[in-house]
This record gives sequence, structure tokens and C-alpha cells, in this order.
Amino acid sequence: MASDIARPAGTHGVQIEHPATSTGLPNMKLAMWLFLASDCLLFGALISTYVLYRGSSVVGPYPSDVFDIPYTSVSSFVLLASSLTMVLALAAIQRGDQGRMRIWLLATAMLGMTFVGGQVYEFTTFFKHDHLSLTTNLFGTTFYVLTGFHGTHVAIGILMLLSVFGLSLGGRITQDKAETVELIGLYWHFVDIVWIVIFTVVYLIPTGK
Amino acid sequence: MASVSVRAGGGGGRGLLARPTATDGFWSWFTTVDHKKIGILYGITSFAFFIVGGSEALLIRLQLARPDQNILKPSVYNEIFTMHGITMVFLVVMPLSAAFINYLVPLMIGARDVAFPRLNAFSYWVFLAGGLFIYSSWFLGGAPNGGWFGYAPNSVVDPSRGMTFYAIGLIITGIASTVSAVNLAVTILNMRAPGMTLFRMPVFVWMSLVVQLLLAFSLPIITVGLVELLFDRRFGTHFFDPAAGGDPVLWQHLFWLFGHPEVYILVLPAMGIVSEILPVFSRKPLFGYQFVVFSGIAIGFIGFGVWAHHMFAVGLGPVANTAFGISTMIIGVPTGVKIFNWLGTMWKGDIRFTTPMLFAVGFVAMFVIGGLSGVTHAVVPADYQQTDTYYIVAHFHYVLFGGAIFGLFGGMYYWWPKVFGRMLNEKVGKLHFWMMLIGFNLTFGPMHILGLQGMPRRIQSYPASLGLDFWNLVSSIGAFTIALSVLIFIVNAVSSFRKPKGMEADPWDARTLEWSTSSPPPEYNFEEVPVVHSLDELWRRKYAETEGGRVVPVVAGGSGTQEHLVESPRHGGGHGIHLPGPSYFPVLASIGFPVLGYGIIFSWPLAVAGVVVLLTGLYGWALEPSAE
Amino acid sequence: MRKKTRLLLGAGALLLIAAACAPNATQSSLDPQGPYARKSYDLFVPVFWVAVTIFVLVEGALLLIAIKYRHRKGRDKIPPQIHGNTRLEIAWTILPALILAGVAVPTVTTIFDLARKPAGEVMNVHVLGHQWWWEFDYPDQQIITANEMHIPTGIPIYVTLCSVGSGYQQGIGAPSDCQPGPPDGQPPAAVGNAVIHSFWVPELAGTQDVVPGRANTLLLQADHPGTYTGQCKEFCGLSHAYMKFTVVSQTPDDFAAWVRGQQADATAPTTGSLAATGMNEFVNGACIACHAIQGVEDPNGNPLVQNGGPNLTHFASRSCFAGCMMPTNEENLKKWLDDPPAVKAGSWMPDYGLTPQQIDALAAYLLTLT
Repeated sequence: MASDIARPAGTHGVQIEHPATSTGLPNMKLAMWLFLASDCLLFGALISTYVLYRGSSVVGPYPSDVFDIPYTSVSSFVLLASSLTMVLALAAIQRGDQGRMRIWLLATAMLGMTFVGGQVYEFTTFFKHDHLSLTTNLFGTTFYVLTGFHGTHVAIGILMLLSVFGLSLGGRITQDKAETVELIGLYWHFVDIVWIVIFTVVYLIPTGK
Repeated sequence: MASVSVRAGGGGGRGLLARPTATDGFWSWFTTVDHKKIGILYGITSFAFFIVGGSEALLIRLQLARPDQNILKPSVYNEIFTMHGITMVFLVVMPLSAAFINYLVPLMIGARDVAFPRLNAFSYWVFLAGGLFIYSSWFLGGAPNGGWFGYAPNSVVDPSRGMTFYAIGLIITGIASTVSAVNLAVTILNMRAPGMTLFRMPVFVWMSLVVQLLLAFSLPIITVGLVELLFDRRFGTHFFDPAAGGDPVLWQHLFWLFGHPEVYILVLPAMGIVSEILPVFSRKPLFGYQFVVFSGIAIGFIGFGVWAHHMFAVGLGPVANTAFGISTMIIGVPTGVKIFNWLGTMWKGDIRFTTPMLFAVGFVAMFVIGGLSGVTHAVVPADYQQTDTYYIVAHFHYVLFGGAIFGLFGGMYYWWPKVFGRMLNEKVGKLHFWMMLIGFNLTFGPMHILGLQGMPRRIQSYPASLGLDFWNLVSSIGAFTIALSVLIFIVNAVSSFRKPKGMEADPWDARTLEWSTSSPPPEYNFEEVPVVHSLDELWRRKYAETEGGRVVPVVAGGSGTQEHLVESPRHGGGHGIHLPGPSYFPVLASIGFPVLGYGIIFSWPLAVAGVVVLLTGLYGWALEPSAE
Repeated sequence: MRKKTRLLLGAGALLLIAAACAPNATQSSLDPQGPYARKSYDLFVPVFWVAVTIFVLVEGALLLIAIKYRHRKGRDKIPPQIHGNTRLEIAWTILPALILAGVAVPTVTTIFDLARKPAGEVMNVHVLGHQWWWEFDYPDQQIITANEMHIPTGIPIYVTLCSVGSGYQQGIGAPSDCQPGPPDGQPPAAVGNAVIHSFWVPELAGTQDVVPGRANTLLLQADHPGTYTGQCKEFCGLSHAYMKFTVVSQTPDDFAAWVRGQQADATAPTTGSLAATGMNEFVNGACIACHAIQGVEDPNGNPLVQNGGPNLTHFASRSCFAGCMMPTNEENLKKWLDDPPAVKAGSWMPDYGLTPQQIDALAAYLLTLT
């Protein structure tokens, strides 16, 4: 399958050999960067919506009524820590250490799941205790949709991590497939960085109400 | 070849389904990953939608032909004009451009396929699924009826189900376009043949690249808008609900932040096509290639900064209106540069008025009108009168029909022999062109007058007392003239298949690489990947210039057939070239989206089923063994 | 064959000019009747001619090139390969930019001109967009009317635009304050299912959107007494095409007389007349759930409250009704009362199944409300 007769740039190649593409970047990596750039605008539009409607709710509860900043700080820290384990997973497979990679991949997925679990718990508390639903007010509407979108991104990331973990158990993720791990890493770091923005904009900047 | 290797489990694994092998026959179209076949699929599908959207236009013109008519009652009229807009924008011009881009870009840059062939198939199937999903609304409680622009809160409070279909359907086609945008952008950036530097790429490839970037950066914005609209309609959120403190104008910002780049998404491919056709039939290179390219890039950039010119009457205040009025004027400059360069291309040429050339010249002539009326909108106080009148309808049809559609038809006549190995009839083609040109001007020319004389858009009827009957009648007659011209095209297209296949590789004495391979091209495009030495590579292989600037053929025979330039099969017809194998999974995964969509509208278990189908498709895809 | 194009283009230009003076277009932006509409027009006309000039030059060049450089039989020489000319490129980048800069200057000044509230005397009118009819409230004159807007000539009318939903309830006899909400930021529940409309009387002013939750303003003014038609320009649902209105400009004296007439209570019908029966039907029927008539009381002796429907106090003084879909006359009124949604798609006023006798009586009563 990797036996292209015409090796030059014009052929699409298998990534493991990093064929000479016109830019020198592997296709998948370029594609991932483009996708992430596009995704930036998705979050940009969602965050803009949130910011635009900050303080516009006509009934409570308001952000200051529901947020538990220390709690969310901890779960944010957990998510950020997962970026570190992700880096370690990539470093492991680049060395060809499949065992370590599996450990770090699993750790990353676990940390991600802890974050999502924390988010689910947070949502449940807001909903049950503070009576903030998707339809209560503009705050509920914008908050749940923005953080929900982010949570979905994290969940998709976890799915990918676990898939690669599964493939790796079957011995399919070898050193020459390190790019697969690298791509998921790119996505994962992106999702983390977006969370830093969301956490700052939504939780840390006070709204007054 | 596992080009999507990130998910590929390696050669030894077993997939969910045995990989299909057939590359011809009816069923092969469902599993194909060949960019040329996918291009043809895009073309056929979008042309079918063109017939549907055109019929909707005829119904509109029938209803408006005379004053005080009630052939279509208001509820139906609103559905028809909404679907006409959605169809023509999202299901005709975008995918028809995608047809050209898919088919031609790899050939023009000397590649064997796109970067991610299966992803390419996936884009097509998701687009088709989205289109059919939107159209299924006619049978499931009414079509979208809030305009293609779907202004909230009207689109939220409307009790029928139509606008929910609109939101979900456009999210689905948006996913298709985003995926395809990433794929094609990577293809153009990464898959160029040796020597094909960026500034040796044909202008069509350049414009395709700009369009893919516009898509990648504008679609997420409308996706967020559509998600918010969907949530407001389906789950009772308050994004656009003024009673809860929401602002309906937010929708307009999100919509037009996408909607204006969208205009350039629709017209830039046609501009690229015209930039290919004019040089070939003027027998001169494109005048000011770099300026044409840079103006295209400039249009792409500035296109993100003019959106609020759709909102001059919203009440954004004089400062915002001034800023957007001026940015709109600025975007007129690179557009003008293109027009002048096209004129410069024809200047001192040896112009052969073939059908593609007629359409290309028609594009330039009509686009000038659309551009000039566009400048009058940038004059904000004048736009206070023009906005939401038929003057606007006239303007954007001169851009999108006189522009995009003329360019795309020109492209069809130009590349038909390459794609199908048969020529379209030139005489019938010219009849098609003239009828379409006359019909088009009869239809949309009078709309300028109607708008200035006080005819608002989107009205189901108008009273005789407004004095608008005459021009409306003229316009309706024009619309049916266009319909007739399209019929002529269909006859031409169908009868072209009765001719024997066997068109020479380069019937037009063209300048770019796609004409260096046989017509139609082999599945692998090029026997050997071409090595590129200059802009207009094929022309350079055929002709040389003396020091005095005289052009002489490199070999005897000069223009016309250049058989020897077509790479003759040295390896016995491409044996040994590994192409990506066909796959079931793109089409399977794509089915997940509409199922999920129906689920969101009708029942949650169905939505879960949709997600399962989607994930099954994606996992099957990731684990699919390679063909060999 | 290029002749055809030339003919077509020439004809097109001529037709456009002819259309500009078409006498039968009654709602034309090309026929401004007041200073604010004229400002838009005076900007449009020169820009139009600049555009026409460029149009003629560019299309003319295209035609000339097409004719001059067309392929001639027997010529097989390939033309010299001209790749471009940087000077030309710079010229045709700068030239359009300069023309546009020339256009931009008056554009900007006019934008700010139109946005400025004039220093002198203005008359305030609050325009409320309902689905699908227009309400006109005069806060200074304490008048509430619909479909027909009266203005005096000679002074600017400062229009504040509000969109209201079907649940909109108006204070008793008080014109709407037409504000997006009280200062504490609580928007009125009235915007509930309100949608965006757009207010447009082309002969008197440009367009201004009517956005729920916002209070946009617009200036309009008429030079002479006359009648001007306008209509909603932003798609607003089923009967968007039938959301029209009339503006009647009057001399200040005539306007003052109209104001006095509108301020008066509704005239009571003669006892025993058909109109009196109609009034009885009105007060005891479903009408008062939505409509108010100033000077009429409900069975409990309370004044009527306007609740979503037009104020009918001087219904018969208005030339048209139902969003100016129809002229006010007995025949149309009876047709309407019989089944409103059949006449106007989506009408919020339902078919009450009135008997012919009830319809006759109600029509007779309503037509006495001059």
C-alpha cells in the first residue's frame, strides 16, 4: 500500500513515511490545523454570544448565584493536567514505548472524563439546586450551550483517545504511527486552550449580577 | 493506499465490511472515492436541484406576473421563495462549484486525487443527505418559510416545522462543506506536482483555495447561529427572544458574518472559471495574473468586513453604517481590478467566440452591472430606499446568475469534452447562450426599476394601484425564456451522449494541465506525475516565443491536436499505480446525519439511532483495510 | 451578434430612464416628496449617473475589444503573449478608489445628517408594528389610530418605531410610550411574539427596521398636502405583503382639525338604529377582548382596553383597514367580519361565526365611527 510508483509531491501518500508534500507538512496535520482554525470561529461565535448577553438576563439566577469558582478551578486544573499527560503519551510513542503511551493515553482520557464528570455534576447542581435550566433565562441559555459545546468536544476527544488506546492494545499503534497520537494531541490541547478562555470569560470575569 | 491513515488500522486488520472493488457500473457510484466521479455526482445532483429551484422561481414569477393574483396563497408563496433561495445558494451554486473544484483541482495541479478521497466522498453524501433532508420537509409538515436568511424572531415564532428543518438541514450541508473545505485546501496546499509553485497554479485553483478558506472560516459562524435558532425553536432557549433580554439582531450578525463571505464563495469559483476560459479563447495569457490572484485574496479578506451592509436599516447607528458603507466601497476596488484584467486579456487577442467564451464574456458584461448596482447600495442613504426591494433582488441576481451561473455554464461547455469525452453542440450552445442572456436581462433588468418604484421583496402579491404591472409581466416572460434556454441546454447535454466517445485531449488548444491527459482522464489522471516549469504549463509545452515576441509552435502542427503531448501509456495503462479503493463507509456514515436530524424533530430514540449509524460508519471507515 | 447585446444594453438604459419618469408608479422612491426622502434621492441620482458612465465605458470597451480582436478566418498567427502591465494595474486600482472616495464623502455626511434629530420643532409619532398592521400613536396629542397616519406639512416628524406582539396591552386611552423597556431593563412582555418589521414610505423617507426590544427612530416630512402609501419591507410572516399604510399630509390647519376630531370620543349611534344594535353586539360580543373604542364602556361600566387589536374610535375616518389591505367600505367590512383569516392569511382576528344580521349591525355601527 505504500508502494507508490510516483513518489513526488503530486501523489497522496501514506503518512508513516511523511512523503514530500508541497508544504512539507503531512496532509493530516495540515488538515487538523485547518479544522482547528475553523473550530476556533465556532467557539468564537459561541463565546461572543455569551459575552454579548452577559448581564442581560431579566430573571435570576445570575452567574454569581450559582458559580462555585474553587470547584470549577479544580476541574479546570484537571483538564489542564491532561494536556501534560497527552504530551507524555506522544513522547512515549515517539520513543517507541507503547506501554508508556497506553498508560498516558488512558491517564489523559481519565482526566478528561473527570472533567466531563465534574461538568455533569455542576450542571446537575445548577439545575436541581439553583433551578437554572436551559430555558430559565439568557444566562442559562448561553451558559449551558457554550459549556455544553465544549464538553461535547472533550467527550469526542475522550472517544478518540480510547479508540487509539484500543487500537494500541491490538498492536496497531506503533512508533511509525506516532502522528496519529500527535493529531489527537493537537485536538486535545486545542480543547484545553479553549477551556482556559471559557473559564476566564464565563467564571472569572465578574458580571455584576 | 490508506490516505486517511490516522484512523487506518494498518494493512493487516479486518474491517466491518469487505471493501468494495467495483469501479464501474451503477453501484460503483455509491462507493467511489475518485474525485472525478465525485465531481460528476456533485454536478448531476446540483443540476437536479437547479431544475427544482428554477421551477420554484417560475412559480414565483407566475404568481407575480399580474397584480392581485392568488395562484399561490401566502403560506405556499413563503415556502416557495424560501426554498428557492436555499436551493439556489446551498444546493445549486455551492455544489455546482464544488463539482468543478473536485473534478478539476487535482487535474490542474497534477495530482492523482484529493488529499483524502474517502472524506471527499463523505462530503458529497452528507451534502446530498442534507439537501434531501431539507426537501423532505414538504412531506413532513411544511417547508421552511422564513426566507433563506431566516430572520429571528419570525423564524422562531413560526408555528410550522419548516424552519427547524432549515436549521438542521443547513447544519448538515454546512458539515459537508466544512469537511470538503479542509480536504480541498489541503489538496491545493500539499498535493501540487513538482514545480507547481503557488504562483504557477491556474487562477481557478487559486480561487478554489480562497473559497475553501472562506468556507472554513465562515461556516462555523452560521453553524452557531443555526444551533441557537434550533435551540430556540426546539428547546425553548432565549437566544433571539427579546422578552427575555435577547436581541434578534444577533442572528443577523451571525447570519451575515457568514452570508457575505458566502456571496464570494458563490462567485469566486465562477471568476476562476472565467479566468481560465478568457485566455484560452483569446489565445493570450491572463492579463495581470498576480493582480487577479491578489485581488481574489483581497476580496476574500475584505469579504469578512462588510457583513453589516445587509443591515443598514436595522438601526446600528451612523458610525457603524459609515464604517460598513466604506468597507463595501473598498471591496469594489479589487472586484474592478478583476474586470479590467479580463478586458486586458481579450485586448489584442485572437478571440474565438465559442460557447464557453460567450458565457465568459456574458459573465463579465453582466457582472459589471451587478457590481455597479452594488456600489449604489454602499451609498448608505440610497440603500435606505433600496434595501429589501426588488432593486436588491436585481442586484444579487446579476451577481449570482449573471455572474456565477453564467460562469458555471461557461465552465460546463468548456470542460464537457474533458469530462465526458464528447463535445456539446456549438450551435445549440450559442442558441442557449443568447436565449439565456436575453431571458436573464428581461427577468432581472426590470427588477431594478420595480425596486426603485417601491416594490418590496418577499411580497406574495401587489395591488394594481402601485403601477408595477408592466415590468412584472416583462420579468415573468423573461423567467420563462430562461427556462426555455435551460431546456435547450438539457437537450444539448443529453444528445451529446449519442455521439461516440473519443474526444482529443486538448480540443481548445488550452493552457493548463488538465488538457494534457486524455479526455476523459484515466482513473489515475496522469500516467506520470507532470513536472511543472511555468504558469500555463501546457501552453509552454506547445509554444515558444521568439525574441521578437512572436509565438511559434514547438512542434509541427501548432495548435489543435497535440497527441504527442498526451502522455502515452507507457506502463500499459496505469498498472502499478495504486489508487484508493472504493468504500461503503462514507455513504453509510452520511446517513447518520439526516436520521439524527429527524430524531431531533420527531423522537429521541431515532436521534440515538442516527448517532449509532454515524459512529458505525466512522469506525468502520477507520478500521477499513486498504484495498490491496 | 454583439449588436444584440448593444441593442439590449442601450434599450436597458433607455428603459431605466423612462421608468424614472413613469407617471403611474405611486409608491416610488424616485419621486421624493419631502426633504428626507430627497436626501436619499439626491445622493442616488449622481451615483447612478456615475455608475451609468462607468457602465457605458466598460461595456463599450468590452464590445470594442470583442469586435476588433475577434478571430478572422484565415488568420492563424497567435497574438503576442502580453502578461500584464504594472502601470495599468496601478492606474485601474487607484482610479476606482478615487471615484469611490468621491462618492464616500457625501455618503458619510448624509448618513450623519439623516441620523441627527433636528434642533427646531418636531412632531413625535410612535409607530407600532403589529402582525400585520401599523398603529400610530401621537403622545403629545393623545391620539391612537391605525393604518392611516396623519402629519402636518412643513415640520419634521420624529418617528419612534416599536414592534409589539399579539399580547400587547395598551394603557387605557394612553398612547404607547414605545420604549424597549423601563429603565430597570425589564422589557415589556408585549414583545413576546413580536417579529421584525420595516417602516417605509418611499416618497417621504428611507427605511427603518422595527425591531422587537429596540426603539429605532426615523425622520420624515412632506412638502405638500397629499397622500402617500407605504408598507412593511422586512419579511414578517404570512401576510407580510398586506402590511401597508397610508400617510396623509395636511396643512397645519387641516391637521389641527383632524387632531381635534381624533381626540373626541366616539359618536354614539342614534337609539333604535341598526348601528345601535351593532354597538350592542360590539360591547357584548368578543370584539372588546381586543379592540377599544374611546367613550364606550363594557357591560360592567369600565372603559374598553385595547389588547392587540386596532383602536376603533374613529374607524370610519380611515380610508383603509386590515393593514390597508382594503378600502374602508361596507362591502369590504362585511367580508372581513364574516371570516377575517379567509380575507387575510394568518389574521390574529379569528372567524367568530357571526350571523349575517350581526355582521350587518356591526358594519353599520363601525361605519358611524367617523
